[in-house]
Amino acid sequence: MSILILAEHDGKHIKQSTRQAVAAAGAWQLPIHLVVTGANSADIAREASEIASVAKVLHADAAHFEHPLAEDVAALLVQLGADYKVILSAHTAFSKSVLPRVAALLDVGMVSDAVSITAPATYVRPIYAGNVLSTVESSDAIQVVTIRATSFAAAAAGGSAEVATVSAPASSGLSRWIKEDKTVSDRPELSSARVVVSGGRSLAERFDELLEPLAHRFGGALGATRAAVDAGFAPNDIQVGQTGTIVAPELYFAIGISGAMQHLAGMKDSKIIVAINHDPDAPIFQHADFGLVANLFDAVPELTTALNQ
Amino acid sequence: MKVLVAVKHVVDYNIKPRVKPDGSDVDIAGVKLSINPFDEIAVEEAVRLKERGVATEVIAVTIGKTNSQDSLRHALAMGVDKAVLIETDVELQPLGVAKLLKYVVEREQPSLIILGKQAIDDDLGQTGQMLAALANVGQGTFASVIDIKGDEIEVTREIDGGTDVVALKLPAVVTTDLRLNEPRFIKLPNLMMAKKKPIETIKAADLGIDISPRLKQLKVADPEPRKPGIKVANVAELVEKLRLAEVL
Repeated sequence: MSILILAEHDGKHIKQSTRQAVAAAGAWQLPIHLVVTGANSADIAREASEIASVAKVLHADAAHFEHPLAEDVAALLVQLGADYKVILSAHTAFSKSVLPRVAALLDVGMVSDAVSITAPATYVRPIYAGNVLSTVESSDAIQVVTIRATSFAAAAAGGSAEVATVSAPASSGLSRWIKEDKTVSDRPELSSARVVVSGGRSLAERFDELLEPLAHRFGGALGATRAAVDAGFAPNDIQVGQTGTIVAPELYFAIGISGAMQHLAGMKDSKIIVAINHDPDAPIFQHADFGLVANLFDAVPELTTALNQ
Repeated sequence: MKVLVAVKHVVDYNIKPRVKPDGSDVDIAGVKLSINPFDEIAVEEAVRLKERGVATEVIAVTIGKTNSQDSLRHALAMGVDKAVLIETDVELQPLGVAKLLKYVVEREQPSLIILGKQAIDDDLGQTGQMLAALANVGQGTFASVIDIKGDEIEVTREIDGGTDVVALKLPAVVTTDLRLNEPRFIKLPNLMMAKKKPIETIKAADLGIDISPRLKQLKVADPEPRKPGIKVANVAELVEKLRLAEVL
């Protein structure tokens, strides 16, 4: 019996979260197989085969996998999955869509967003916006699991797995891809950035002007609260929190962020949290390693300047 | 067309949950419960479809204990036409819920089924996708815009790093992102009216559907608390502290 991991890539490279899923799969001490979907994706399959401790790469290359749809990827995983003990992936938008569909088709339950795994079937996962950790045991013959990528170190390179071609099932016809609109950014991906600089609504129109130079100083990513996103000061895809991206960088700047439960759920595992807020009673200060009570519009440029010296 | 929305009665999002002293579960006795925020967005979207003349009937369904009707009343007050409670004391998990919802889908034959993208208590985010799988229909997860075009629905989805758009053949399942809409406030007269509307109750046990839980909760615990931090006096001191922490 082996473990099947649904790999993710951006069309060029395997995502960091897939390497983290490979590391998480180490808990079972079973052979690890990666399934790579795509169109003209031989290079990506090769890259996947070079991840340490991957035993085999199953490469499903088909025109309709250029923009893989949940219905079609689920059908592929169901076709392959019956032979596996575990079907695993990182808890990303893609896998969150695909894996529950797979679980239902296999008539098994599913564990979402595990932060810790005790093989063969016990998991710790956050519930209630990360306010509680629940330990669950699964009774299903096939374990379908997504992991919280930030809770696991990434598997290194240095493997040389066999790449096997698998045939993709025909398109379901239930759905079709129309277009996508991805934010083009030269900054690191939010979920895997070493430093995240996040802002709240009070930054208003000066959100980018104040935060970008600070993020730039670290080669870090920008994040935002839901309020900042709703008010139109920051794009949706940088929302940090229970319903946005979960981050755990080495350094997290919470600037003008009060510290609502739903936001804390997305960043409280950061190694060092710095809060800058004018309100000394803001809840964020209870979670910050270093807090500065100050006017943001003065303090942030001053901090950026000081760090650049 | 007929629209079905599924709602869940959960601990209110403003309440910080407490772990029971014996660590067996979260203590929700006497805690305020309300409609799951994502499900409220689902109801709002369905009601808007009706107001635009796209939907002819909106049905809300919930599954759970008797008190789950409160969330159905909320949905009725928002403008839902009909409400169904599938009553059970069994601990519910997404696969079982999806199976019960599939029963309702087969009975009601809706063209569109809208669910929240996740419930804020278990944070699992599985039910919509599982229902779509069991009903063998397309799924549009994390929807921020929906647009019905003939026998298809176009769904703009919030994905990592941006959005994408998929077209689904109807019937289809859509799960709501926070951005889909802003749910309306309920006016008092609507609330009073909703109290008079009947709620159909079905006993889950009578349906012969296996909803037994697949995951067994062994224990719950508070997360490791962070070490208390310090307040710094000024930017210079902050820079100094960060330097000492070796994160610069």
